[in-house]
Amino acid sequence: MTISKPELAVTYTVGDVASGPPCCEPIPHLRIANLSIAYGATTVLDDVSLNIHKGCITALIGPSGCGKTSFLSALNRLTDLMPGAQVLGSIHLNETDILDPRLDVLTLRRHIGMIFQKPNPFPLSIRRNLELPLREHGVRSRAVLEHKIETALRDVGLWEEVRDRLDAPALALSGGQQQRLCIARALVLEPSVLLMDEPCSALDPISSGVVEELILRLRGRYTVVIVTHNLAQARRIANYAAFFWMKERVGKLIEFGHCRPLFETPTHPLTAAYVSGLSG
Amino acid sequence: MSDRAFTYGIWGAALLVSSAFLWLLGDLVWHGVPHLSWSFLVSEPMNAGRAGGIAPILVSTVLILAVALVAVVPLGLGAAVWLAEYTRRGGVSGQSIRLSLDVLAGVPSIVFALFGYAFFCVFLGLGFSILSGGLTLACMILPIFIRTSEAGLAAVTDEWRHGAAALGMTRAAALWHILLPAAAPAIVAGLMLGIGRATAETAALIFTSGYVDRMPESLADSGRALAVHIYDLTMNVSGGDGAAYASALVLIVLIVAINIGALSLSDRWLTRRITTS
Amino acid sequence: MTWLKTSSLSRWHADRRLAPLLAVLAAGAALILLLVLVFLLREAWPVLNGNGWQRFFGDDGWYPLEGRFGLLAMVWATLAAAFGAILLAAPLGLACAVFVCFYASPGLAKLYRMMLALLAGIPSVVFGLWGLTVLVPLIARWQPPGASLFCAILILMLMILPTVALTSVAALNAVPKSLLHGAAALGLTRKGIILGVAVPAARAGVFGGILLATARALGETMAVLMVAGNVVQNPSGLFEPVRVLTANIALEMAYATGTHRASLFASGLMLTLLVLVLASLAARIGGHTRNV
Repeated sequence: MTISKPELAVTYTVGDVASGPPCCEPIPHLRIANLSIAYGATTVLDDVSLNIHKGCITALIGPSGCGKTSFLSALNRLTDLMPGAQVLGSIHLNETDILDPRLDVLTLRRHIGMIFQKPNPFPLSIRRNLELPLREHGVRSRAVLEHKIETALRDVGLWEEVRDRLDAPALALSGGQQQRLCIARALVLEPSVLLMDEPCSALDPISSGVVEELILRLRGRYTVVIVTHNLAQARRIANYAAFFWMKERVGKLIEFGHCRPLFETPTHPLTAAYVSGLSG
Repeated sequence: MSDRAFTYGIWGAALLVSSAFLWLLGDLVWHGVPHLSWSFLVSEPMNAGRAGGIAPILVSTVLILAVALVAVVPLGLGAAVWLAEYTRRGGVSGQSIRLSLDVLAGVPSIVFALFGYAFFCVFLGLGFSILSGGLTLACMILPIFIRTSEAGLAAVTDEWRHGAAALGMTRAAALWHILLPAAAPAIVAGLMLGIGRATAETAALIFTSGYVDRMPESLADSGRALAVHIYDLTMNVSGGDGAAYASALVLIVLIVAINIGALSLSDRWLTRRITTS
Repeated sequence: MTWLKTSSLSRWHADRRLAPLLAVLAAGAALILLLVLVFLLREAWPVLNGNGWQRFFGDDGWYPLEGRFGLLAMVWATLAAAFGAILLAAPLGLACAVFVCFYASPGLAKLYRMMLALLAGIPSVVFGLWGLTVLVPLIARWQPPGASLFCAILILMLMILPTVALTSVAALNAVPKSLLHGAAALGLTRKGIILGVAVPAARAGVFGGILLATARALGETMAVLMVAGNVVQNPSGLFEPVRVLTANIALEMAYATGTHRASLFASGLMLTLLVLVLASLAARIGGHTRNV
């Protein structure tokens, strides 16, 4: 099956996920054990344990309210910003204990990037959007900045579109372009992990497709954890899938494994029901 | 009352008010313009202000406003940032500070005159000076500036705060590069509102910066503000009406210019942020 | 682990220093009120201590140099001026607001609002100047001496009218259009819609604006000082000169000493209390948007 998209002017082959471009080393990159998240008195996630593998795309699927976004936010300690949030359990990025209170989260978030559901470029120029995080993390040399900015924009396929208007306001870009800019902004810091919270759901179908391909191309170079409601999307791009469900008003991990088997021959009856569209 | 009579009544009321406004404005222009001239703006007052100009008074006014601004902006912005970014909506510390500011905003200006005199002039020993006057005005402007700036900051979407945090930016950096510039229109508007009120203030200045109409040589000198000058000419100087009207015109033009400047500044800032749907 | 907060490479410290600094600034801003109250009380203490304040109401007349501090005449004058002004400004201001919202074309409405905003921005000395040089002689020709309670009421009315009008405009604009369309669909006349639906729906905001305007009228100093005549006497007639509390403070502060001065501070405190009660009422009432 060949797809040709005018924006990228590139053709490539999308085959079975299992036989796609080599990416996955089954080496755990993020190890999550007994993770529970509560906001005040309300528990949203209970006792989740799984391993995110290096270089792979892991999709988190399940109905709304199961704590998938909270799970994601815990991985880069964004839960620190939420008043009353309690995160219990353990998360390790390689050897680093992410939940250690002495951890410098500012450095952590350089290594774990996040893309939000609604594109949120800063009200600055395109160049400044990409330059600001770099400068914040100590990159000062003009030449290095320019180089990193160009690399990131090429990576997301925006370079040809914006190279001659880098000083234009980022908010003047279309929705799909803004989301790609946000991905570029995360990539410019050269993280090892990318967290994506429904990155395509706020976009129109064509932009959604473009972003989806972009994510596919990141496989192998980055570890991607993506929350998605689009089961077809998950099938298309993910190597692993984690299925969440609400039990007694608390989110739990029901099943986790390689994507294809989970969709085609799920072990748990709830998973089977969800992926076949019977419930959720 | 029939609908038509009601309509006439409403139009009549509107006309009445606008006539009063035009009458007032007309008198100001009629009596003030003859006395107005370039030399009026740049020369010293003579003959107790009946003749000559208002140059030292303009200088004093600007200096008093400058002192007020220098005091208000750092204190006010700092407080506004703290209230908007570091306190929860219903939290005790935030609510008590906001309440205190709301109460301060309601204090009549003559009471600020009393306070300014007792605290700045007497207790701190600053005497009748531009410094005392400016600091007293700062106390008067502070509440509205803080509330407007806080509202402006709170209105800035959380998306950018989360985005900046996810990129590993410090809160200080996010504030400086993203949030404060985004809230700038509201902040500037609040400042202008405050300056407008300060420029019109009379009673507080009579008792803190004094009556001296000579050119001030330092902030410790007493200086007469424009509004105070108008008061003096009207009440204490017979035959000073012409100069008073001219000064009043200058004062109003100053206030209008400040307000228009504020509006255009915030408009310009807003159009720079082109948003897509 | 090189990712610790305590690491010298960490930018964590900038934020750690920022928060306390900002908290100090915020606390400082809040403390100003405390400072104001403390210093006012300090100066007013000689009179407030014990039962001195009862003299404000018991003494016969305000003759401070003779030790008589009866404030009542001035209290009545203050109340009379403020309430007279609001009695005139409320209906007129509301009428102007109705005009802007329901009768004027969009261009005219914008112009009228600008005029109201300009009127609101005119300093009180300028009102006083105009009042003294134009209104007072006019009134004097009809009812001497001219500088009187009546003049004070007129000038105050002109000053607080924009407050009433502009807050009422905001309140009227906040009334859901569906309510108005529904009333029109029922065949109500324009007057019926305005008086029967719009104004009642907006009454919280309108009333809040009226209270705010009254608070402003009570606290107004310069304009009233310049046109009211400043004779300390009970407001026996509309055309008699009177002196209000604020003007009293302004006139006598320059040479007051001892108990006299303390009395002036005390009267300032009293006035502040009154204004604050009104302002808080205004906030409480005007803050709720209610539907009919």
